[in-house]
Amino acid sequence: MSVTQDTVSAEYPGYFRRLSPADWLWAAGVVVATIFILAVYGHRMDIYQSGTLVVTAASGLWLGWFWKSFKGYALAVTGMSLLGVFSYGDTLASAQTNFFLKYLVSGEAAVMWMCALLYMSTTAYLASLFRREAGRGVMPALVTAAVTGAVGLLGLWMGRSGLVPGLEWASPLVLLVAVGALLGPIASTDFAARVGSALAWCAAAFGLAGLLVRWRETYLHDPTWGYIPVSNLWEVFVLFCVITVLMYLYYQGRTRNLGMGGFVMMVVSAAVAFLLWYTLDREAHVVQPLVPALQSWWMKVHVPTNFVGYGGFAIAAMLGVAYLMRVRGERRRPDGLLARRLPSREVLDDVMYKSIAIGFAFFTIATVLGAMWAAEAWGAYWSWDPKETWALIVWLNYAAWLHLRFTKGWRGVPMAWWAILGLLITTFAFVGVNMFLGGLHSYGSL
Amino acid sequence: MSSTPTDPTPPGRRSTFAVLMAFLGSMGLAITLLVALAVASVVGTVLQQNQSYETYLLDYGPFWHELFRTLGIYHVYSAGWYLLILVFLVISTSVCVYRSTPAMIRDMSRFRLGVKDKSLRSFQHNVQRDAHPEAPAVLMSRAEAVFRARGYRVRQADQGDHRVLSAMRGSAGRLGYFFTHVAIVVICIGGLVDGRLPLMLAELTGRLEIETRQVPVSEIPEQSRVSVSNPSFRGSVEIPEGQRVDVAFVTMRDGYVVQELPFHIEVKAFRVERHATGQERSFETDLVIHDELLDEPLAHTISVNHPLVHRGYTIYQASFRDGGSRLNLDMHPLGRGADRPMPLNARVFGTYSQTGEDGTRLRVEFTDFNDTNPTLIEEDGVRERMDMGPSFEYVVRDSSGAGWFHRNFQQPIERDGRRYLLSGVRQNPAEPFSFLYIPLDPQGDGVDRFMRFLARLTDPAVVADVVDEATRTAAGQFEGVDEGIRAQVAETMRGLLETFTVGGYEEVIAQVQEQAPEGQWDRMADIFLRILNSGLDAIYLRVLAEEGIEVVSDEDERFLEDALRAINALPFYGSPFFLRLNDFEHIQASGLMITRAPGQAVVYAGSVMLILGIFLLLYVSHRRCWLWVQPRPEGSGLVLAGTSNRNTTDFNREFDEISRAVLGESRPMPADQDARARP
Repeated sequence: MSVTQDTVSAEYPGYFRRLSPADWLWAAGVVVATIFILAVYGHRMDIYQSGTLVVTAASGLWLGWFWKSFKGYALAVTGMSLLGVFSYGDTLASAQTNFFLKYLVSGEAAVMWMCALLYMSTTAYLASLFRREAGRGVMPALVTAAVTGAVGLLGLWMGRSGLVPGLEWASPLVLLVAVGALLGPIASTDFAARVGSALAWCAAAFGLAGLLVRWRETYLHDPTWGYIPVSNLWEVFVLFCVITVLMYLYYQGRTRNLGMGGFVMMVVSAAVAFLLWYTLDREAHVVQPLVPALQSWWMKVHVPTNFVGYGGFAIAAMLGVAYLMRVRGERRRPDGLLARRLPSREVLDDVMYKSIAIGFAFFTIATVLGAMWAAEAWGAYWSWDPKETWALIVWLNYAAWLHLRFTKGWRGVPMAWWAILGLLITTFAFVGVNMFLGGLHSYGSL
Repeated sequence: MSSTPTDPTPPGRRSTFAVLMAFLGSMGLAITLLVALAVASVVGTVLQQNQSYETYLLDYGPFWHELFRTLGIYHVYSAGWYLLILVFLVISTSVCVYRSTPAMIRDMSRFRLGVKDKSLRSFQHNVQRDAHPEAPAVLMSRAEAVFRARGYRVRQADQGDHRVLSAMRGSAGRLGYFFTHVAIVVICIGGLVDGRLPLMLAELTGRLEIETRQVPVSEIPEQSRVSVSNPSFRGSVEIPEGQRVDVAFVTMRDGYVVQELPFHIEVKAFRVERHATGQERSFETDLVIHDELLDEPLAHTISVNHPLVHRGYTIYQASFRDGGSRLNLDMHPLGRGADRPMPLNARVFGTYSQTGEDGTRLRVEFTDFNDTNPTLIEEDGVRERMDMGPSFEYVVRDSSGAGWFHRNFQQPIERDGRRYLLSGVRQNPAEPFSFLYIPLDPQGDGVDRFMRFLARLTDPAVVADVVDEATRTAAGQFEGVDEGIRAQVAETMRGLLETFTVGGYEEVIAQVQEQAPEGQWDRMADIFLRILNSGLDAIYLRVLAEEGIEVVSDEDERFLEDALRAINALPFYGSPFFLRLNDFEHIQASGLMITRAPGQAVVYAGSVMLILGIFLLLYVSHRRCWLWVQPRPEGSGLVLAGTSNRNTTDFNREFDEISRAVLGESRPMPADQDARARP
């Protein structure tokens, strides 16, 4: 929407005339690819599948126009997924022999790359918050590095020695802060944040490509198994990472503010920590056939929609944390790192609202889709199952949040606290219900 | 819940109605209700709903049980107070919509050309010029072009001393408010239609009585039946293969009522399809609907996620269980006559009575049958799935009602090259099974040798004969053993064999400890066990001889070990007989859920409306701009002001562009900078 021309005329070109040649090339590519798929594989697809393809293509086309950076991302994911799928051929055994599969684009390898890149990206974003500035010392950065480093190593030791089992998986999160604070003062520009941004893009590409290749892998295990890999807790955590990172990158582009990355990527890193534990300790990444209740077309739309909601709520909560830290920093030490390096209150408040708004909208769709699926699978669109009820609670919570913002004009600290509380409620609805309450969704349990 | 300013009420006394409306439509009440609903909903997820009252009584004790029951916490979502919150939420929302809609429509449609420059100057987004070089007409026409190019609707008015241009865009965003709030009301009404309100009312007025007994459908009285005219319900029914029903059971509190259906549902067959790994792939039922309205019966196969809709009734695959499978069994008494099994033809859910050797009467209840038992077996860290084959479960009860719960497998399992039949036993359904391993004949799939061994061992005549022969043979090998000692040894051996069959090695050791002084336990035990084992060996040799075996192989030696281990475990087995499954006819029952939900379409319509409304509300910002121009000697004086109800950050930029275009300037103005810096 940037206006570069010097003489502003009354003319304001329409939507299509504002599109660039790259946009049209993108559209042509999407259309050709869709027609190609329909022509070659169309006879094997039923009406739902063809419909899904067309709607997906149309959404992808629009997304590429709406969000210019998405085009490159989509191409990278497409390339990596095709490489993975074609490297497999017809047998899973290729994963052991094929170089690309073994080290890069098999479902498992790609997700591990995603995890590693996300840790690196988080570190880089955090480092940027500690960048050097002329005339100021680097003591705050070094003190932070020392404290978090000590805490992280202590946690690692306590976990490893069995004092607090499991802590070794969580403490790397603290160590990311330590490494970021240690490396940050090397640069004096926002170079680190730009590196973090590039790494986040790569991570999101690896994550999505990993899921897409895994989709093929489920069929290679056994043609009767094949399912969309958003069906168990391991897969949805990957999905959560991908969607949250993409949503963040969109807002980063919109606001041109790199300062939020360290916070948002922290919650993604927490998901990565869980994912690593779940993979390495529990071996939950192994493909298993789905129980009959989950074999449904609705899965394809219900779960991803839900995770746009979760992603939005997670981003909002982390920006809430940043907001509170900024407010505290401004009050305590207006000259300190918190007050100067974190994004302004306006930006944080605005993006917080926007991510809750998009999250709320998609969460509503997901809940309605879930109700429609429930009507088909369980015999009632609403049966007060714990998961359904908690979805309602999450929905009511954010409905109240939006009401107070719209009608009472609430802003700032209370809304930031509320966004954080909202994530706690959402997290409980996401994983807590499956772990503690059971019910019809209990197949998502640990 | 009003997001637009409502009519100002004239000052002074307000009518009670107005006060009530103001209260019901207030934001405070709406938020309170949202939070109250959320908190109340939590209760229902923490406390498991719709369990039997006995379960609750066990879990919470009499005091809390009574309190919880009174508060309706066991059925929160149909409790009166919960419904009351919902009703208030619906009323509050409706009042909001009623109060705010007129203002909303005015906002959408009126261009407010009578706006004063003074109020425009106070807008957050505004640009003011006292001496703009261009003439008002030029400005107005350019402004109109600018706004129209950006998709604004534009109105102009000449107000005498000044001219006003009003432009607006995205007024549909205001509809978002209307849609979302009406949608909530619509969804709640749809939900109410499908709720069990009619049933609850019928129960309150005494027209309906909840049945708590487990009795055949034909014996359920008329007061516990609901006619086909009931518009909405959610019931379930289990139908064995080959049978048909025309009712469904609706669970209510601690019992159920019978919902009559206008057609018969027949279950032809039920199937569990499995993956190669043994995990279930699908549950399917072949149904036939017999309906007078149909020319011929309707055959259809339903499965999970693929229900059948017939005349507004939806039939779902919900569960399955055994439907009374026929079992062809051999009953081996675990004692005398073990080698002469009695045939028994049983049905699952059937009860058979059996008289024991000592005259005690036992009841055998068959409770379940499974034709496959996929099991995860972990060996050397490698997990492997295997099918244990068919199994059946039964309970053996004595006259006191105490029972032994059994689970027997039809197929033998192999372990270290030897094969066994497994029979599980437990005294409490909550415990895991302990298994009795009955060794299989070295040749064939029978248990003949084991049963014959057991039969001989428990037959006093055979034992006496074998012991006599064995001791004589032994005595013959030594000089000077007189008959007295031989008889004493024989007597000891007979006693030990009997003790062993009754209580196993444990009982033998106990006997030693009872009879001998403590210092001699080890020595005595050694002697006793040697005598016992030579007796057992002799009986076993007799059994082998019956089979025509002269030379004892390693395999036969190992068989004896296994047989003794099994006999040693018999005292813990409980039942005095073993049931071996020869053949079966698997009959399953398909658990169907049958629902009628006329409110579903209403709820879906409300949901679509809700989603549409949310997107309008959040993403279509109602943007309005006014240009106020007054002719001045040096050109014009003007005020350009704008407002947006959403996304003010984006509107900053748009207003900036618009104002430059309208004024024909190319550089941002200080006023814009100022506007942007403000929150």
